[in-house]
Order: sequence, then structure tokens, then C-alpha cells
Amino acid sequence: MDKYTIENLELFYGDFKALKNINMKIQEKEITAFIGPSGCGKSTLLKTLNRMNDLVEGCKITGTVKLDDQDIYGKIDVNLLRKRVGMVFQKPNPFPMSIYDNIAYGPRTHGIHSKAKLNEIVEKSLRDVAIWDEVKDRLNKSALGMSGGQQQRLCIARALAVEPEVILMDEPTSALDPISTSKIEELAMDLKDRYTIIIVTHNMQQAARISDKTAFFLLGEMVEFDKTETLFSVPKDKRTEDYITGRFG
Amino acid sequence: MRTRFDEQLEQLNMLLIDMGALCEEAINYAVGALNEGSEKMRKLTYETDKHIDDREREIENLCLKLLLQQQPVARDLRQISSALKMISDMERIGDQAEDIAEITESIKKPKEEICGDHISDMTKTAISMVTESVDSFVKKDLEIARAVIKKDDIVDQLFLEVKDDIISAVREDKTPGEYFVDILMIAKYLERISDHAVNVAEWVIFSLTGQHVNEELIEKERL
Repeated sequence: MDKYTIENLELFYGDFKALKNINMKIQEKEITAFIGPSGCGKSTLLKTLNRMNDLVEGCKITGTVKLDDQDIYGKIDVNLLRKRVGMVFQKPNPFPMSIYDNIAYGPRTHGIHSKAKLNEIVEKSLRDVAIWDEVKDRLNKSALGMSGGQQQRLCIARALAVEPEVILMDEPTSALDPISTSKIEELAMDLKDRYTIIIVTHNMQQAARISDKTAFFLLGEMVEFDKTETLFSVPKDKRTEDYITGRFG
Repeated sequence: MRTRFDEQLEQLNMLLIDMGALCEEAINYAVGALNEGSEKMRKLTYETDKHIDDREREIENLCLKLLLQQQPVARDLRQISSALKMISDMERIGDQAEDIAEITESIKKPKEEICGDHISDMTKTAISMVTESVDSFVKKDLEIARAVIKKDDIVDQLFLEVKDDIISAVREDKTPGEYFVDILMIAKYLERISDHAVNVAEWVIFSLTGQHVNEELIEKERL
């Protein structure tokens, strides 16, 4: 089933057209990777999927982005949208508070105050990202004392705590060492049974390893979107071939 | 741009050309041993087969190094994986040339030669198929690769003619039976060599198009 349906999407930063006529359907419970050189529009597109671009001054969007059947740029509660569509950023950004409070923060803002319920959410979220055993004895310690890899998994747990349907990941491993990177990749593959994951990555091997489908972007245009295996073995467009084989430009 | 990688891919091409040339030599020496009964030709066949084995190992190592270091994708991945498959077929071509040379050690030629022309034609066609299959890889030429696949029919037909020649000769009871068996085996080895050249050509087509050549496609081309 299609989780997102994007039709004729164009995005402008002032006079600059950052996204040009994007049309794509993103399948639910799959990992979709966005790749392309810097400035190609892949992160911009990711941010349109939970209206993060609303915060950018001079940003104008035309076309439609539907989550299930709902136009997310129509009349919609943006807070509710962001509960349904969580986001994990390039640099782990735990809040300067305890591990427990980092996870409980989202559910609390959505009205959950029962201690027992919060305890359950915190444990489940941390188990989902496989760091429960590592941190269960220091839940009240600051999250800032965790390693980079742990912090990023905490951020994913924080996103999971509000039970989203989609997780957007913007280069989630580019600041991590190879071991932490492989843990996040494994985690993403485990989570796709329950969530739709969309990941922006500069690491093409990562896209090839973990994603089901890959979209290649160039200068604001979606050049090619196909099954990852096909895109990396028999790309249809020469621009895709040149980029992924490192012969770009 | 990936200059160093492109240089390594060029090096891979050169090694494959070299291995292809060694395969041609091995077949020529083996058939030379058959025609001339020469010990020197036999030795050269065995030596060439060893060179082919060495070249296979060398190309295999280079491909593994490229996979490890360059993490190739798309056409690069197909080129390297096809090269890895092609060298197995080329190594078998060397083995079959060696097998032909081994038979010539004990073959007792009759006074009146049987099916010599057909064996000679099979040899020429098989050698040209080996040359052209490697050529198609290096030149990235789909048409040459397809032509190699078509040529296999010629060799198959020649093999049937060799068989018919032998059956006729047996009926006329001209020659000792051992010779017939030997010459039939040689013809079969030549036929297998052309099959390996077809495999090489099919890997070239995969390398260039990303699609495996299936029987259906070949049939369509033959019609």
C-alpha cells in the first residue's frame, strides 16, 4: 500500500526552485532511500514529508503530498502530522535532560502522564532500538553522557515513543563510527516491519544495503526511482549511472 | 572522477585479452599436435594451459581487489562479476585444449584421413568464437557477442557432420575403432570449447545490458 503519494510537487525558496515536479509513491513498511549530490533536493523533499519546511522563511510549495489519503498541506493538525511522521537528524540531538525524560517527552506532550504508562513506553522504545540493557540502570542520568551511537539510537527511540507510522531519517549515520552505523542500519531493517522508513543518505553502499527502493535526485529533479537492486545494478538513466559509479561531472 | 579505478578496469581488460590469446594458442597447439603428431606441440599445449591457469588466478585476484577497494555498482559491478564468470569458461577452454593434446599422444592415424576438413573447420570456428567473445567484452560490443552465440550453430552442425563421417567410415570398415573414438572425442572437445565461448559472450551481454540471455531470446534471434 502507498503511504505517501506525491504529485506535481514543486518547492521554492524565494525565487529558487529547489524541487521540480516530483511525482512518486512511497510504499508502506519499506525503506526508501533518497540519494544524490549535495544540493539536489533530497533533504528538502524529506522535510516536506512532515512539513518541516513550514519553518523556513520564503518557502512555497505547490502540488500535493498525501499521507495515506490525507493531503498534508491541506487542513491538518501539524502537531498530529509530526506525531505520525517522526524524524531523526544527522547529528544526534538528545535533549539536555535524562534518558528517561528524553523518551517520555513526546508522550507527555501528547497527554500521557501516567507513570506506569510512561515507564512502559520508555522500556518498550529503548528495547525497540536495542539499548535497554545498556542504559536501564542509568535512566535518570543525562542523555548527553551517552556515546554518539547510543545518542542516535536514543533519538530513534524518542521518535518511536509517540508511536509514529513513518520515520524520516536525514543522514542518520554520517556522524557515527562504523560499528554504530551498522547497529543503526540493522535497527532500520528491524523496524521496517512496523514502520515506513525514508532515509536520506550520502552513503550509497548504505542505500544499497538497507533500502527496498531508491530515488536518485539531481538539481531538484527526481531522475530515477526504482527497486534498489535494479537502480544499483541496471540504472536506466545515464545520470544515475554516472553518479553511482562515481563518474559524475 | 575515478581515474585510478578506470586504470584498474583497463588492466583487467588487458589481462582478459591476454588470457583469450592464450586460449587461442592452446587450441592451435592442440590441433597442431593432432595434425603433425608433434611432441613439441603437445608440450606447448600443456605449458599454455598452465599459463591460462595462472592468468585466471591473476584476474580473479584483481577482481576481488576491485570488489573490496572500489565497491563497484551498476556497469562496473557487472563488468567485474562478468569477468569473474568468463575466466572460469576460459580456463575450461584451456583444459579442453589440453585434453585434445593428451588424446594425440596415443592416436593412431589411418592412412586415409577421415573428417579432417570438418575438424579443421570446427577448429577455425571455435578459435574465432573465443577471440570474438573476448573482443566483444573489451570493445563493449553487443553485436559481436550476439554473433558469437549464433556461430555456435555452425560448430554444432560440423560436429554432426564429423559424426556422420565416422558412421560412414565405420560402415565401410576402413579404420580401427580406437581412432574413431579418439576423433569423436576431439570433435566433442572442440564443440565444448565453442560452448564456453558462447558462455563468455552471454556474460558480455549481461555485462552490457544487465540482462541474462535466456533460451527464448536466443531462439528469437535465430529465427
